Amino acid sequence: MAQASIEHGGAHDGGGHQASGGAHETSTGLPNTKLAMWLFLASECLLFGALISTYLLYRGTSAEGPYPADVFDIPYTSVSSFVLLASSLTMVLALSAAQRRDIARMRLWLLTTALLGMTFVGGQVYEFTSFYHEGLKLSTNLFGTTFYVLTGFHGVHVTVGILMLLSLVGMSSADRLPDDPSFPVEMIGLYWHFVDIVWIIIFTVVYLIPTGSPSS
Amino acid sequence: MAESELQPHPSPDRAYAGGTSHAHPSPKEYVRIGAILGLLTAIEIAASYTIGGAALIALLLTLAIVKFSIVVMWFMHLKFDDRRYARFFVAGVALAVTLFLIVLMLSRVFLR
Repeated sequence: MAQASIEHGGAHDGGGHQASGGAHETSTGLPNTKLAMWLFLASECLLFGALISTYLLYRGTSAEGPYPADVFDIPYTSVSSFVLLASSLTMVLALSAAQRRDIARMRLWLLTTALLGMTFVGGQVYEFTSFYHEGLKLSTNLFGTTFYVLTGFHGVHVTVGILMLLSLVGMSSADRLPDDPSFPVEMIGLYWHFVDIVWIIIFTVVYLIPTGSPSS
Repeated sequence: MAESELQPHPSPDRAYAGGTSHAHPSPKEYVRIGAILGLLTAIEIAASYTIGGAALIALLLTLAIVKFSIVVMWFMHLKFDDRRYARFFVAGVALAVTLFLIVLMLSRVFLR
């Protein structure tokens, strides 16, 4: 066929196409779900672009401390970054297992990804608590406001990703996924990798690039 | 590792996209890509302790862009999938980068 036009609708798409993995035709030749996911991720780029830009706009302009250099613990955050990076690897390994229809290994990698995500979020909660006790609150200064909003939004995205991963494992255990579960795994994987690439930028821009001396 | 794990696996798209996509990397390749990402992160962290000034900023931003591209191309499979997905995503990234550059130009944040 010149241009395939089939949509994956999941296990229960109501179309009665279970034999072909719940697929039906689309006018673009691309699965609408995947197209929508990429459009959603493109819109998320704008959300995080705005948040990162806002952080940079007010970077180094706080009239009073604590300043980034007073609270940041780079070795600690570096470990968190490695954990999130590792979760991206386990996510593609889950997809690879799903494509081979190795369901047991797919569940294992999905659970590992969720656990790594939980470790990251747990680390972020610890970091926020530590900063709070050092006097950095949401309303303390411009650094506190922009930092908590940016990293908090990212943390919420990771949390949503964890819930989706656990739902996927639950659906797999309840045998509610299609025979070929690679499509839902790939969709959630796209979201998960996006969360990872946002952190790649945040880690560099917020944590690693040093802030100059505060404005007086 | 089983032999089947080392072979490229067909994209899930292949079943419904008329073969427009290519085979995804094998698990072994994924691990290799993950190791490269880990190495680049280690370089970033080491550089933040050893280099300073504009050179550090240039290096860190370059490494971040390289890591970003590797994840998008290999882990998110844009390298292998239909180009229309890439166009949508690149449009979003381009708009975000435009916003980012406008802020940089207006506030000259890296000069502070």
